Amino acid sequence: MGVGITVENLNAWFGKHHALHDVSMIADANKCTAIIGPSGCGKSTFIRCLNRMHEVIPEARATGSVRVGEVDIYNGTSAVQVRRRVGMVFQRPNPFPSMTVFDNVAAGLKLNGIAPGKKELEELVERALRGAALWDEVKDTMKKKSGASLSGGQQQRLCIARTMAVEPEVVLMDEPCSALDPISTGKIEELIFQLKEKFTIVIVTHNMQQAARVAEFTGFFLMGRLIEFDRTEKVFTKPSDKRTEDYITGRFG
Amino acid sequence: MRTKFHQGLEDLRDRLLRMGGLAEQAVDRAFEAYRDRDLAKCHSVLEGESKINELERGIDEAAFDLIAMQQPTAVDLRFILAVVKINSDLERVGDQSVNIVERVMDMIDLPFVDLPVDIPRMASATSAMVRRALESFIEGKAELAQAVLEMDNVVDRMRDEAFINLVRKMNETPSVTQQALDALLIARNLERVADHATNIAEDVIFWVKGADVRHNVGDPSTDAETQT
Repeated sequence: MGVGITVENLNAWFGKHHALHDVSMIADANKCTAIIGPSGCGKSTFIRCLNRMHEVIPEARATGSVRVGEVDIYNGTSAVQVRRRVGMVFQRPNPFPSMTVFDNVAAGLKLNGIAPGKKELEELVERALRGAALWDEVKDTMKKKSGASLSGGQQQRLCIARTMAVEPEVVLMDEPCSALDPISTGKIEELIFQLKEKFTIVIVTHNMQQAARVAEFTGFFLMGRLIEFDRTEKVFTKPSDKRTEDYITGRFG
Repeated sequence: MRTKFHQGLEDLRDRLLRMGGLAEQAVDRAFEAYRDRDLAKCHSVLEGESKINELERGIDEAAFDLIAMQQPTAVDLRFILAVVKINSDLERVGDQSVNIVERVMDMIDLPFVDLPVDIPRMASATSAMVRRALESFIEGKAELAQAVLEMDNVVDRMRDEAFINLVRKMNETPSVTQQALDALLIARNLERVADHATNIAEDVIFWVKGADVRHNVGDPSTDAETQT
């Protein structure tokens, strides 16, 4: 099951550039929370702070509190442990090109120090591929075909399977459909609905219709600040802040 | 900026205002036809109906295209939904005007009778409601629309009074039943026009405030002010 994420007074910097200002919000367990905003508003920085990916950039740092369930990920826990619980799917699918589809999913386990027996590994990979709605398309060829030979949409679902294989509690998605055609996008969105049963999802998207379709909650970022956070239907029909309204109605951005 | 989209919204607004102008004119002419027992004015209302119907179809089509092609949200989505509903109400105002002149044409064929009903006063109140509802749309002001809602009870009372007095007249003087019945139906048509003006005002409040105040539910003053 997923766990909630509680963010309090989160600030992030790249060197001297103050990229996030006092962000506080709660992403409910087993719900999808969408983060929207114009380019450079800090939305990707924000979700990268949720699994301590932000700090891998030289001179980047963050302060404040991010609790995944009851655990403050910036206090007394390792980044590796955090990323085990909080998986991430990136904008461009990034399967390991020299590995087969099967090995790509298994690699997620191996990289996290999980070494199951052969039969158990087969079961875990199948479960992850089924969970990512890719099983039927690759079950006959997954041990022969390389991950890179799949279509873009299949590659993204493979990356989701790789993330799911380690059974995280939260899945972060950073514009997961921006490189995909509408059919593949539809499959990923359908998948998000299924994934919510097991995981908490936070998705960054430039596609506002996508946010409206998949997320129960939406946060609007502007210039590093969280301007509005509310139920998605409220944000898209009757936002409280004029800046949110101007952005979602295309009056700026 | 989504220039094409915003031009589409402006175009929709202009079309609805043209529609509003025709509907308002139809009610006023229908009353003048009653007041003056003027057959030419009756025909003018009947002929104007097809233009209103044509505009209604065009507005619905333009709104449908904007929703399908531009995926509007927030205030823009509320605006388009409000326009579609106001469009329908204005078309019904046109229909009620036609109903009135049909009764007037019937009355013109009958001897004039002095009836215990103040149609001019009722028409004046109804016409003011339509005009103010359209002004609230032009200005995008919920407080103007709110004032229209408060006028509806006055017209309802006039309709009730007309009903009581005209039924009494029919009982007392059966020979004028046909004329009294025509006047009663005209009073009822005017009251229906006032109801459509009320609907328009409610839709303006929905557009501007995002509040659904239909059926006396919802207080627009509690919602965030948003305007285009």
